[in-house]
Amino acid sequence: MILTNMNLGPVLPELFLLVAGLAILMLDLVLEENQRGLLHWFSVATLAGCAALTLQPSAEPVFLFNNMFVGDALSGVLKFAACAVTAVSLCYSRSYIAARGMFRVEFYALALFAVLGMLVMISANHFMVLYLGLELMSLSIYAMVALQRDSTKSTEAALKYFVLGALASGMLLFGMSMLYGATGSLNIGVVAQKIASGGANPVLNSIGVVFVVAGLAFKLGAVPFHMWVPDVYEGSPTAVTLFIGSAPKLAAFAFVIRMLAVGLAGLSADWQQMLIILAVLSMGLGNLTAIAQTNIKRMLAYSAISHMGFMLLGIIGANANGFASSMFYIIAYVIMTAGTFGIIMLLAGEQGEADDFDTFRGLNQRSPWKAFVMLLLMASMAGIPGTVGFLAKLSVIQAVVDIGQIWLAVVSVLFSLIGAFYYLRVIKLMYFDEPVANIALPGASESRALLSLNGIAILALGILPQSLMNVCVEAIRHSLHLA
Amino acid sequence: MTFQSIVFYLLAGILLASSLSVITAKNPVHAALSLVLAFFTASGLWVLLQAEFLAISLVLIYVGAVMVLFLFVVMMLDINFEKLREGFWKNLPFAAIVALLMAAELGLLLTSRQAGLSSINALPVVAENYSNTKELGKLLYTDYVYPFEIAAMILMVALVAAVALTMRKRKESKYVDPAVQVKVRRNDRIRVVSMAAEQRRASDDSASS
Repeated sequence: MILTNMNLGPVLPELFLLVAGLAILMLDLVLEENQRGLLHWFSVATLAGCAALTLQPSAEPVFLFNNMFVGDALSGVLKFAACAVTAVSLCYSRSYIAARGMFRVEFYALALFAVLGMLVMISANHFMVLYLGLELMSLSIYAMVALQRDSTKSTEAALKYFVLGALASGMLLFGMSMLYGATGSLNIGVVAQKIASGGANPVLNSIGVVFVVAGLAFKLGAVPFHMWVPDVYEGSPTAVTLFIGSAPKLAAFAFVIRMLAVGLAGLSADWQQMLIILAVLSMGLGNLTAIAQTNIKRMLAYSAISHMGFMLLGIIGANANGFASSMFYIIAYVIMTAGTFGIIMLLAGEQGEADDFDTFRGLNQRSPWKAFVMLLLMASMAGIPGTVGFLAKLSVIQAVVDIGQIWLAVVSVLFSLIGAFYYLRVIKLMYFDEPVANIALPGASESRALLSLNGIAILALGILPQSLMNVCVEAIRHSLHLA
Repeated sequence: MTFQSIVFYLLAGILLASSLSVITAKNPVHAALSLVLAFFTASGLWVLLQAEFLAISLVLIYVGAVMVLFLFVVMMLDINFEKLREGFWKNLPFAAIVALLMAAELGLLLTSRQAGLSSINALPVVAENYSNTKELGKLLYTDYVYPFEIAAMILMVALVAAVALTMRKRKESKYVDPAVQVKVRRNDRIRVVSMAAEQRRASDDSASS
């Protein structure tokens, strides 16, 4: 190999995160018991530094490591979002995990390594790197789910997640090996060229696409590959549920874009059909089943399934506007999820979980500000105008209308109407019901401040979405070379 | 039929039979031993593909290290495997239909003329002094250095996760601190008590004599 390009600038976020993560792991050895709080601040500072490093001007994609790594505008935006949202979720989780004996260096190290896996996926330009990044992220998360090892519920959730995740990885690998057989390469750019020039075996390509899409649907949690989502969301400690529900979705979006929109762009006719089925089923089953839930974490799990369906709507069109609207959707969704689980953790207090609807009854009388933030979050999830969730839904539905699939737009609007029911029910509980118990609501000051910011972000992006939308459109245009 | 294809079908047959017996064997030790056979035949297939380094590492790592550990675990754990397999025969018909259908579909697709697998040529003949191991090593540390490092990170995560899940906060873990052990002094273990000398009693004398 001739080292033609040794400009390591674009890899700096990964390198920094790797070194800092290992340093934090070592730091735990020398810290006294009463200095443990430093671990939290070092981890947050690491993520903040990593986010700052992603803010590099890169107009044109830079390829490194024998074309396995790509640094472009898309990866910059998604990496920034992943680091930022993880830093915020660690702040939300601090008092929760401290009260439950999970405040250990392993929690922080595994979270940082999972973020490293996400960054690797976001910048991958090679099937093998995509897969390894996915495994790095997933393995860290499996362990985080099982971290509370005395709880049978979380052990069960971890085992289910692990077994189904392994199955999904197997499908993904089988699909990738078929694509390798068809095109003779694992490099995403080369695969795309081979398919475009017609030099690839069509039968093997189709088999590969089927298995890759199935594996991706597993990882995204789209129906009919969604079985693990509710159990894992419910069984994990809420701090880990927050982690699973936020940043990994950004990485999964990047995976879909790199794999389907770039690598398999020439086979879009094949995967569009499958994505339509996945999207309709996810929106339908997710929203309908969520109504019947009595556990709020389970309800949010089904809500996550339906949101993944909405996100897929933008991908179906296989054009720049659609991808940009999906990207806007996924970033908006991650901001909403972080806030929602942040509130749930704040309400959980010193022990137990606040996953019962009773916790939310009459929240307005106990803490009007928290109730108002939760109101914003729920309204945004439901897609009520004035919040970012509305614009996100609007943009993906617009993308579907643009490609002439009017029926799909109608179906998605109907399902989002059905979904509004269970979000509004939470608002009703908070404002119109009497509180069951008058529990005091503690919580670290930093997480309360961040929650307020989170609520404001929902409103601000809902009223002035143009800046974020422009960032998404520019990132997709510059990175994928689509008009 | 060439010699290579005879060897291939022989190894493939043993591989399938042993894999099947991994999941059907009643005795978990037999299942683990069948898995050893499966790995061994798979490494034979790799030798057939002229990938001798991969074949050797499969035998060394999986057969030599992983499966031996696995056997230890299976023998040490007191698990009622009969109970774990309860649903096996009940679910077998449905599972078998699904598996057979999938296999038939994939088989039909892959053997169809359009798939063009028949046009894939035999392995190229390599030069006499070609070293598979050397080429792999070269690739691994140059072109594939990025995925190689990520794989190293995955092993690191496995290490951290194993420690996090098994070591900490377990009351029953027999954990000793070597630093404390080394620092032990004589006085921590035995206590020298000074006592006044006792007088021999007369009754003892009479009893012994």
